[in-house]
Amino acid sequence: MILKRPSFWLILVLAAVFAILPTRGQNAALREDLILVAVAITLVSNLNLLIGYTGYVNFGHIVFYGLGGYVGLYLVTERHWSLYLSALTAGVLVSLIALLFGLGILRLRGAYFALATVGVLVAVNAFVANFDPWGRSTGIYVSFDAYEPLGGPMKALWTTYYLIVGVMSLSLILSLFIKTSKFGLGLFAIREDEDAAIVLGVNATMYKAIVYSISAFLPAIAGALMFYKNGMIDPSIAFEYMLSLEGIVMLMLGGQGTVIGGALGAALYERLRSYLLTSPKLSNFHLVIAGGLLLVVVLFASGGLIGWLYQLWPGSKDVIE
Amino acid sequence: MGGILASMIDGLMVGSVYGLAAMGLSLIWGVMDVINLTHGAMIALGMFGMYLLFNAVAMNPYVLLLPLLALGLGLGILVYWMSVHLVVGRSQLMSLLSTFSVNMMVIGIGTALWSTSPYNVNFSLPGLTVGDYTFTGNHIAATTAAVIVALALEMFLYHTRPGKAIRAVADNREAAELMGISSTMVLTVSFGIGIALAMVSGALVSTLFPFTILSGAGYQLKSFVVTVLAGLGKPLGALVAGILLGLLEGTLTPFIAVSWIPLIEFGLFVVVLILFPRGIFGRATA
Repeated sequence: MILKRPSFWLILVLAAVFAILPTRGQNAALREDLILVAVAITLVSNLNLLIGYTGYVNFGHIVFYGLGGYVGLYLVTERHWSLYLSALTAGVLVSLIALLFGLGILRLRGAYFALATVGVLVAVNAFVANFDPWGRSTGIYVSFDAYEPLGGPMKALWTTYYLIVGVMSLSLILSLFIKTSKFGLGLFAIREDEDAAIVLGVNATMYKAIVYSISAFLPAIAGALMFYKNGMIDPSIAFEYMLSLEGIVMLMLGGQGTVIGGALGAALYERLRSYLLTSPKLSNFHLVIAGGLLLVVVLFASGGLIGWLYQLWPGSKDVIE
Repeated sequence: MGGILASMIDGLMVGSVYGLAAMGLSLIWGVMDVINLTHGAMIALGMFGMYLLFNAVAMNPYVLLLPLLALGLGLGILVYWMSVHLVVGRSQLMSLLSTFSVNMMVIGIGTALWSTSPYNVNFSLPGLTVGDYTFTGNHIAATTAAVIVALALEMFLYHTRPGKAIRAVADNREAAELMGISSTMVLTVSFGIGIALAMVSGALVSTLFPFTILSGAGYQLKSFVVTVLAGLGKPLGALVAGILLGLLEGTLTPFIAVSWIPLIEFGLFVVVLILFPRGIFGRATA
């Protein structure tokens, strides 16, 4: 039972902290900081399903977030659908697209797959930048009336914040749930030895395509919500390669393959990045520092922070998953 | 019709540089089973290396390829010991991520130094005019240089002792060790050569087109396509595959927007990988 696992309650506490903290004194600055962290946690914990659980690197994970944003904004602004329905549709549609892509490129093994994911990012970016209904390279802008159904722009900002915190919590719960399901065990088997897993009856191509598709669902919803909140989208911000790559840094930093690790890495790295970007001396070097951090983790501590915690205190494995 | 032909010839010439760029990637991949994600950054460094050297000494840029080759070798050895040595033989995830982290650092430093605005090497050789079309001298010279380097690499790998040692380690590292080959030495040198090739190809590109610190990424993608077309560790195969890719681009550019090119290249990459997992020119026993 998922209710008996301490990590589940940890996730709920985290969600409550996120929900309550900025409401004290209507702290909009804190809310804006936390929304970035919540989006990062959403992206990283879904990326973890592929990298951490299945052992497949996805360099283009941001594609799901960007495509979700595009589908969501298109439905809200051009079709005048409600935000909730648009975001949900974005999630479902992007998952289906991911399933199609997945069935194609997941026939590739290991590193070849990783390279193909870069291709997916490039390809989707090229497609969107040439796609007329989505405004080509100018993108889509949200007019002020689009915020009316949520009670005006001010209230809409808060509503989207709570929704994104909800999506973040769902992402973490999903990771926790998959970890002990039969499906999750199949993924672990693929990670450890794909050939052996196939021999033992795991339909590897199907499992991989499904997890690829699942890992698209919540990021797409987060994208729809986040770009609605920001009021605009264009290809360069929707498919920002660097963001995709930084997601990998966050995951490795916190500890790939664990539920809490991804969240921890995302939160720490996101705060570090905000600090670096606003510091006048270091703003140009945030990539250098991120790269150095990733290198040190990969070479000397491939388990990340959570792996280090497990080593230090083996009993923690039962509490923090 | 003449326009298409000219565009194809141009593509063919640029393609030889793609082939050269891919040789470095393919060599490292074949020898140590590491997909070197610093490749694009090193190509970009080659571009800026050429730019800085050319502006400092104002010599013929094709002479400057030699110091850049030496610089690339040194840099490659440094990167090998910094990021690759500890992960050779571990899961591919680790080497992908460790080389990728070096890529981030190089791009980060490059962006801080040169921002992301375009630069160009201000040098042009007299061109060759045929009818209404002129083929620039830089294109012809770059093609010649690429072919010479490819032939030299082929000679080195197949007809010298160190080259044979590299191929032996690529085939079977343990067996090569037992024959008295120091595999660490071979891996270090191969990585150095791979990076040197990337820098030289970047330097050649810089004489053809304007570039930014981020330009390497596009050539990295092309290198992947060429490498899977050619199979691993075959310099002449890479040259031919590069020329084919260039030819394809040259044939398509008159008809479609340039922004679609990456999409086609990527499609090609996936289709080739699925249909010919060992490359079109790869031997079944590779």
